[in-house]
Amino acid sequence: MKQRLSTRLANHRHSSRLQTALEGWAAAHLRCLVEALGRMHRRWLASLLTVLVIGITLALPAGLYVMMKNLEGLTYSWKSSVQISVYLQRAVDDYSGRDLAQQIGAHEHVEAVEYISPQEGLAAFKQTSDFGDALAALPGNPLPPVIAVTPDPNLPRATISSLLEELRAYSSVEQAELDQAWLQRLHAILALLHRAAWVIGLLLAGAVIFIVGNTIRLDIENRREEIEVMKRIGASDAFIRRPFLYSGAWYGFSGALTALILLGICFLALAGPLGDLTHSYGDAFQLRGLGWAGSFKLIVIGVALGWGGCAITVSRRLQHIEPG
Amino acid sequence: MNDIVAFHDVVKRYAGSQPALDGVSLRLARGEMAFLTGHSGAGKSTLIKLIGLLERPTRGRVIINGIDLARIRRRQVPRYRQRLGLIFQNDQLLFDRTVFDNVALPLVIRGLAHRDISRRVRAALDTVGLLSHERKLPITLSGGEQQRVGIARAVVNRPHLILADEPTGNLDPDLAADIMRLFMRLNETGTSILIATHALALIRNLGHRQITLDHGHVTAPSPAPYA
Repeated sequence: MKQRLSTRLANHRHSSRLQTALEGWAAAHLRCLVEALGRMHRRWLASLLTVLVIGITLALPAGLYVMMKNLEGLTYSWKSSVQISVYLQRAVDDYSGRDLAQQIGAHEHVEAVEYISPQEGLAAFKQTSDFGDALAALPGNPLPPVIAVTPDPNLPRATISSLLEELRAYSSVEQAELDQAWLQRLHAILALLHRAAWVIGLLLAGAVIFIVGNTIRLDIENRREEIEVMKRIGASDAFIRRPFLYSGAWYGFSGALTALILLGICFLALAGPLGDLTHSYGDAFQLRGLGWAGSFKLIVIGVALGWGGCAITVSRRLQHIEPG
Repeated sequence: MNDIVAFHDVVKRYAGSQPALDGVSLRLARGEMAFLTGHSGAGKSTLIKLIGLLERPTRGRVIINGIDLARIRRRQVPRYRQRLGLIFQNDQLLFDRTVFDNVALPLVIRGLAHRDISRRVRAALDTVGLLSHERKLPITLSGGEQQRVGIARAVVNRPHLILADEPTGNLDPDLAADIMRLFMRLNETGTSILIATHALALIRNLGHRQITLDHGHVTAPSPAPYA
């Protein structure tokens, strides 16, 4: 019993010593965190400028990313509306036109067909366009009969192309066009933009590391004497480095927050005109920002870049500062 | 092993100049207080720097508290310096921090808990008679008081060896005598102390050994107390 008690006491002593060490460690880090913020506050104008530059630098790739996301959403919502317009020879009458439409509708890759006679086409055109009067002045109906073919939406692009070739092969077909040729081009452009966003993102990440590194380098030069004093009384490089690393992290954090604010301002500025534009497309499209997850990611990236930029600089600079 | 400081034929040569130390051998016994004298440029500061590992010797061995300093690698230097109390002429305080924070710095570096730090900082400030000034900034203190803050910072870690390089250099004679009395009080508690100074008049009657350097040589090896 007595022994158990003493063991317990020893354990307690041991754990409380560990606790004290942990508390000391946590307190030291917390102190650095707060101190670094205090130092930024004391030279607030210089800090503000640095933060602004980092903010703009981060906002550019983040904005590009938001743009890409929105464009991708846009093309996705339009993908379901893939249609092939099959223009028939003008000589084809309604009867054989409907017959052909039925024939095409039976094709395994076709989901729906609609036959649009020249008269129906003209009526629809008059309704939806301002050319009604001009069309009325024409001697006859200039429109050919058309079969609107909706392919199975899950078809890969290659199969749609071969379907297109099959449709063109009918003798009564004048021309068949995939409405989405432009969409393919848009996809190609998007892929290019995507790559560009990565390259720009990497370049600007490098810029952030450089900006933070340079700011910290100046900070170190300004505090050279203090660093020498600390080294003389036995401060390790890690101890001296720590407050600088927290400064870097604060710069990154504040820069990311600034970037979010800048993006928010851009978003508000664009929301009005974009709303008008998308309204004309039947409201299928909704402008989306970074969202919570994206904002969180941006802040994590900002802190990591700030910390990293600082770590690269500080370790190298501190080795040059030796008390003599 | 009974020596806290032992120099064996130590040479320190800076690039392109006469050797600052040219074959110096000396000993400081554990618990001893001694003065290192000589004209400026005689090598006093260099000797102090070698002990503080602020410089490395060109040749020879420096043994502090039984440890050959040649064996201490760069990464181990901070931990070694934490066991020393270094004091300089220009007090080298951090002027954007309070007296308390300045004295606490060595303990913060060692990662002590907050409670222990307060207790030991107050004790150190009490030793140098500045307890009532703990919340002040160093700039508001006189030169002598600033020097005493530097001494408090050096003793707060309870070092076994205190090194002081011209600790009274900027002070008028009365204040300088105060500082010397403070060192003697610290020595009475068992701390070994080596003070580089050229204030010969001040130390003549204090009854401690003088080690005199001249052009990098020890010229007046006044008898070691245990010889």
